[in-house]
Amino acid sequence: MSGLFHRLAKRSGPAIPFTIDGAPAEVQAGDLLIGAILLHRHALRRFEFGPGERAGYCLMGACQDCWVGLADGRRVRACTTRVEPGMAVVTGGVGE
Amino acid sequence: MSEPVPAEPTLAIVGAGPAGLRAAQVLTEAGLRPILLDEGHRAGGQIYRRPPPGAERPAAALYGFEAGRAQALHDLADALASQIDYRPDTMVWGIAPRAPFGFDLDCLGPRGHERIAVDRLVLATGAMDRTLPFPGWTLPGVFTLGAAQIALKAQGMAIGRRVALVGAGPLLPLVAHQYAKAGATLAAVLDVTPLGAKVTAVPRLALLPGTLAKGVWYTVAGALRGLPVRSGVRAIAVEGGRQVEALTWDDARGRRHRVACDAVGASFGLRSEAQAADLAGCRFVFEPVTRQWQPERSPEGRASHPHVYLAGDGSGIGGADVAELQGERTALALLADLGRPRDAAREARLDRRLARHAGFRAALDAAYPYPHHLVDGIGDDEIVCRCEGITAGTLRRAATERDAREMNRLKALTRAGMGRCQGRVCGHAAAEILARTLAVPVETVGRLRGQAPIKPIPLREPV
Repeated sequence: MSGLFHRLAKRSGPAIPFTIDGAPAEVQAGDLLIGAILLHRHALRRFEFGPGERAGYCLMGACQDCWVGLADGRRVRACTTRVEPGMAVVTGGVGE
Repeated sequence: MSEPVPAEPTLAIVGAGPAGLRAAQVLTEAGLRPILLDEGHRAGGQIYRRPPPGAERPAAALYGFEAGRAQALHDLADALASQIDYRPDTMVWGIAPRAPFGFDLDCLGPRGHERIAVDRLVLATGAMDRTLPFPGWTLPGVFTLGAAQIALKAQGMAIGRRVALVGAGPLLPLVAHQYAKAGATLAAVLDVTPLGAKVTAVPRLALLPGTLAKGVWYTVAGALRGLPVRSGVRAIAVEGGRQVEALTWDDARGRRHRVACDAVGASFGLRSEAQAADLAGCRFVFEPVTRQWQPERSPEGRASHPHVYLAGDGSGIGGADVAELQGERTALALLADLGRPRDAAREARLDRRLARHAGFRAALDAAYPYPHHLVDGIGDDEIVCRCEGITAGTLRRAATERDAREMNRLKALTRAGMGRCQGRVCGHAAAEILARTLAVPVETVGRLRGQAPIKPIPLREPV
């Protein structure tokens, strides 16, 4: 499954398994959650005030466009959150 | 200073970019141990952002011709770590005055919420991209230029497989150069300011080879040769159903163009992150060239509040080199106010260098005139507030039908600036739209006041 982001700099290191809407996915240690999701999807969340989806915007923790939900109930800002093994992202099928 | 000065004052620096790190260095040289509060995970700030552990790459690959400066700053951060109270992943979300003087800082960090009492405050809060709405700008795949750069620097990723970049400042040629060098496919590199202004400015810019100068230099000197660079572009629009599919624009002669792409990085200069200075009670002034309100800063870095010091892009857009100089200078001013011995020669040297940069800054601003044509082209249906989907038409009607003549009144009537980002993204465009609708200068509509918490706080804090 290819997403919006495109990894240009390959690096060695352990793979980090996580899930998006229950589907297993793999990224690399050091990836931020926004990159981890957008390597596999085209968006992060539904826009709650109108039609359409959102995929983040500023990547520096300012615009608040990239909040996503995790299966454990946490809501996190994807651009300032490092992906952790076993993280379970819940988007409701956004950006597939 | 009339009030008694404590023997061991508690000093806090907010922000660990070029300005905050240089300020920390000066304070440690004087035997002090400042608290350095960093929203980031690793000190360095945004322009010299360091990848998270595990994602490191060589400095030359990450920062290009800035590698030397970036490396020096990162080495400084590592060297300072044992001499300062460094708090990574820590957001200052509230600042309140304390009696008889000083501040309480409300922070959220890895240990949860914490209130820190400080005597004096250095604010080095940096800047973010300045954005303007255009058709399609809320589609997934449209990011700021800064975001495009962070994806590359912090993650080694491009924001898409065919990327178009749009800008009105020196960040555009820099990001284009970095993307091309990293092997990304660039569909278009569009400058909404005219090329003529840059050619005119080059003789003055060439005198000072700073970060920002290099951006202009790259535009005119042909370092982007072979890339699809266009200047004087107008009426940009993104097409797409669920996501970005193409970018269209008018060239300088009015001909329409279209390229297929799956991601767009677009922003138009920088705006200061100044909410912390607002909460600390600093007076603001309008900066007419970059058209924004910023905390008032003396040449030595003093704010209007006697216990607040300012440095870097958070109080005036000057770029990373200026931020380093200002961080050093403002920390010297702080030491002087504490009654510490002064190094007049060092102060004078910094003042001379900062004055030289200020002259250069004027040339740079001339090279990148404000893109009024983009504001004029914002249609009534266009979303201005990304957080809550509030349109330009709603803002205009509030001005004409409900007598909104000032930004906080506009916010109360329309909710623009009340969403999760507190107007960081829409505030500039909303002010320009309001001022044009009322046919008044943009400074007369004022600015959105900062409010605590200055960023959203998760209801469930880390355990």
